[in-house]
Amino acid sequence: MSCTAVCDRSNPKYQRLMELMRQVFLPITEKVIFSLKAGEQVLLSGKLITGRDQVHLRFTEALKKRRKLPVTIKGQTIYYVGPSPAKPGEIIGACGPTTGRRMDAFSPLLIKNGLKAMIGKGGRGEEVVAAIKRFKGIYFISVGGAGAYLAKRVKSSEVIAYPELGPEAVFQLTVFDFPVIVAIDCEGRSIFN
Amino acid sequence: MISQKTIINAVRDLCIKANLELRPDVVKALGSALKKENTPGAKRLLSILLENCSIAKNDRIPICQDTGMAVVFVELGQNAKIQGSLSSAINKGVAAGYKNGFLRKSIVSDPLLRKNTGTNTPAVIYYDLLPGRSIKLTVLPKGFGSENKSKLYMLNPTAGYKEIVNSVLQAVKEAGPDACPPYVVGVGIGGDAAKACYLAKKALTKPVGFNAEKPHFRIMAKEILLKGNKFKIGPLGAGGKPTLLGVNILSMATHIAGLPVAVNISCHALRSATAVIPSTRG
Repeated sequence: MSCTAVCDRSNPKYQRLMELMRQVFLPITEKVIFSLKAGEQVLLSGKLITGRDQVHLRFTEALKKRRKLPVTIKGQTIYYVGPSPAKPGEIIGACGPTTGRRMDAFSPLLIKNGLKAMIGKGGRGEEVVAAIKRFKGIYFISVGGAGAYLAKRVKSSEVIAYPELGPEAVFQLTVFDFPVIVAIDCEGRSIFN
Repeated sequence: MISQKTIINAVRDLCIKANLELRPDVVKALGSALKKENTPGAKRLLSILLENCSIAKNDRIPICQDTGMAVVFVELGQNAKIQGSLSSAINKGVAAGYKNGFLRKSIVSDPLLRKNTGTNTPAVIYYDLLPGRSIKLTVLPKGFGSENKSKLYMLNPTAGYKEIVNSVLQAVKEAGPDACPPYVVGVGIGGDAAKACYLAKKALTKPVGFNAEKPHFRIMAKEILLKGNKFKIGPLGAGGKPTLLGVNILSMATHIAGLPVAVNISCHALRSATAVIPSTRG
C-alpha cells in the first residue's frame, strides 16, 4: 500500500483504522489529562519534543546544577525516539518509540519540573507512576516497531538542542493523527497491571 | 577468487533489504495473528504493524528506526578464495548499506565513552567454517530494545524438560510489554555459555515455524509457544491474544555438569536477509 492510504483522511481504510479514536491536541492541557483513562487509544496532533537516554542524562545533570535547560519542558510532551535519517526531500526517517523503562531513573525529576506527557513503549517503574500521579502527568505508548507508519504522521521536524547527539538530539516535531495508547493515566492506573 | 567488491556489495544490499522488507515468514505470522484476534484495540495495532511493512517496502523507509547492530553470520567454505580481508569487506559493506539505505547509525566505539562511529560499524561477525568454496552471508540487524531482554540460564544437568520450558517462559515474562511484542523467541540449548547465546541468536535466522530440528525440541518449542501465548501480553503489551509469533530452538552437545539455556528475544520486526556468493574459478 502506498503512503497515501495512511495519510489521506478520505481513504476508507484510513477511516476504518482510526474510527472511534479520540483526537487530543498538543500542548496537552490539564483538563484533557484528567479526562484520559488508561487503555484509551487516542490520536495526538500538535508539537512535541524528542529525547531519549543521553538527553535525559543531560537534562538531569543541568537541573541538579540549577542550570537552564536548552528547551522548555514545562507543560511539554516528550517522545522517546531516535529517528533514522530522512531521505532527501523527506521530513523524517522511521520514528517509532523506544523503551520507556530506560528513562525511569530520570523521569520523576523532569515531571517535578513541569514535564506533562511522555510517549514511549513498554512499562514504567513504580517511582515514575508515583510522580505521574503526584504531579498529574500522563504516559502514552505508541506503536513500537511501526517506524515507517509513524513517519507519515510527522508534518515537520527540526533539531532544537544537542545536535552533536545525532539521532539522539532533541527534535521538535509536529505530528498529526499520531496513534498512542494511554498506558499510565494521571490517577496512576496502568494498562500493564 | 571472490573480490572485495562482491562481498561489500552483497553485504550492503542485505543490510538494506533486511531493514526495509520484512521477512515473508514474519509477515505471514503477523497476518495469522490478526486473523485470530478479536479485540478491537489489538486488531488495530496488528493492522498498523502490517501496514507499516507495506509502507516500509514501497516507500523505502526502515521498518523500525532502530536498524540495529548488524549481526552477520558467515558460513565460509574452507576452500573459498577471497581477495583481501573478509572481515574488512563485511564492515565496509555494512557502512555502505547503512549510509545508502538511510539507516540509523547506532554503534558507539566504546561501551563507556559512547562516541558514535557514524558508520554503524563494527558489525558483530560470526564465522562458521564449512566444506566447499562458497560464502553464505546472513545479516540480522538486531535492535537493542529486544536485545536488552536476552537471558542466559546455567541450569543443572538434572534440570530436564520442564525447567527449560519454565526458564524460557520466565525470560518472556520479564520482557513483558517492553520489547515490542508479539515476540519471536530464539533459544540456544547446550554447548558452553557463549555457544548457547550464539545458538539463541542464530535460531532467529530460521523461519518462524521452524521450531527445531530434533523431535523432542520441536515439541518443546510448540509447548513454549502455547504457554507463552497464555500470558496475553498482546501487541505492544496492550493486551490481546498474540504474545509469541514463534519459538525456534537450536541445540548442541554439552558437558555432564551443565545445561546452558540462552534466550534471545526478537520484537515482531524480526529482520534478516541471506545471500550466497558462489565460488569463481581463477
